[in-house]
Amino acid sequence: MGFNITNKEYNQKVKEASKNSKLFLDVILAFTVGGIICVIGQIVLNILKMFNFDKETLSSLVCVIMIFIGSFLTAINIYGDIAKFSGAGTLVPITGFANSVVSSAMEFKSEGIILGLGSKMFTIAGPVLVFGVISSVVCGLFYYLYLLIF
Amino acid sequence: MKLGRQTVEFEKPISIECAYSSVGKKEADGPFGNYFDKVFDDELIGKDTWEKAESELLKETIISLMQKNKTAFSDIDYIFSGDLLNQCTSTSFAIKDFNVPHFGIFGACSTFSEGISLGSFLISGGFAKKVICATSSHFCTAEKQFRYPIEYGSARCPTSQWTVTGSGAVILSDANKGPFVTHITTGKIMDLGVTDANNMGAAMAPAAADTILAHFKETGRDEKYYDLIVTGDLGSVGMKLNIDLLKKEGIDISNNYNDCGNMIFNQKEQSAKAGGSGCGCCASMFCGYFYKKLLEGEYKNILFVPTGALLSPISALQGESIPSIAHAVAITM
Repeated sequence: MGFNITNKEYNQKVKEASKNSKLFLDVILAFTVGGIICVIGQIVLNILKMFNFDKETLSSLVCVIMIFIGSFLTAINIYGDIAKFSGAGTLVPITGFANSVVSSAMEFKSEGIILGLGSKMFTIAGPVLVFGVISSVVCGLFYYLYLLIF
Repeated sequence: MKLGRQTVEFEKPISIECAYSSVGKKEADGPFGNYFDKVFDDELIGKDTWEKAESELLKETIISLMQKNKTAFSDIDYIFSGDLLNQCTSTSFAIKDFNVPHFGIFGACSTFSEGISLGSFLISGGFAKKVICATSSHFCTAEKQFRYPIEYGSARCPTSQWTVTGSGAVILSDANKGPFVTHITTGKIMDLGVTDANNMGAAMAPAAADTILAHFKETGRDEKYYDLIVTGDLGSVGMKLNIDLLKKEGIDISNNYNDCGNMIFNQKEQSAKAGGSGCGCCASMFCGYFYKKLLEGEYKNILFVPTGALLSPISALQGESIPSIAHAVAITM
């Protein structure tokens, strides 16, 4: 049988029939929620500053605490619900990263500690690590060349 | 009797003797919640993994179906059953203790009508007296296999569909008890080049339209013959496209047409985006709602057309388009 319609024409029709995400609303929500997460990080930093840590210890401590919050909210099934509303807002590096690792670990725990949890906990975070490392090497290389020249 | 290339007409229509449906909580909260026979509030159904939960869902559905119809497994000649998981494991574990000859089948969301088709052929050919056709799907197992971990914070796009946690099962037989399967139109693989796995309704709409068109041409019936034409899980986007495609061929089904994926959730309030999907969607809707409405006499003739998107996570990642299929079952009370 077949229809009198080419793939191109049909895909054009599909585009017309498919609603896009509400870009403006999504951007505002993502900005707000992402911003709130960053503000929480800043509050934690400001509180820790009162204890006279040096700068490096401070930033490590803030990271650890934010990772804990992200992981904990994932484990008690709250992070995913926040993400439903805020979209990209909860992707902000530290907590989003923790969420991607912990949610995968929870999901694949049933396939065993080593081949399930161990190997699959980086299914989402893995590419971020790989390309994060590659891009930092490239940036480092450019920085090195910059220092050589100037 | 074969009519044309794709349609079979049964000289003695096949009886759908009994039907049973089970769903999860979200489905029970939807507009047809009161019609489902059993509701499992616990997503894990008392098990420790999602996969075991889905098997249990299917197992419970088939056992309840047998109790409802007061039939013993020794009277069942074959079980046709399938699900969405790799190698149809939900099915195999669910029915392993039943001791009934079994064919595991896969047609994604079209599996239910694939089972009804094959079961009806066997009965019509005299090779079986009673056949069970069943399918299941579970939101969490499908997410795990096809998308992301459940607790991963990802947003859904407006065209994506929500896999139904549900299962439906029917007993087909040679009895004289309606509703009856009168015709089967077997679909062909259709692929109009849609590659977006988040828009499966769009990928499946051509398959639905093609099968419906073939059914009308080969049976000589038209859209007015049926009280309702109901497709599988095209969702709200695929539904529109299906109507459009058929309109181009001069058939207007928009007056008596609906779609199980479009019906099962309150899409806005339940944030189901474009609607439901999964083997359990059209199966639970048919066994829960349409079967009862046929018995009550509200519908006399239904054309039931479950549709399946036959993609795998690998084919989707490799950028392949989504081949689709739809099988039509004409049902008369």
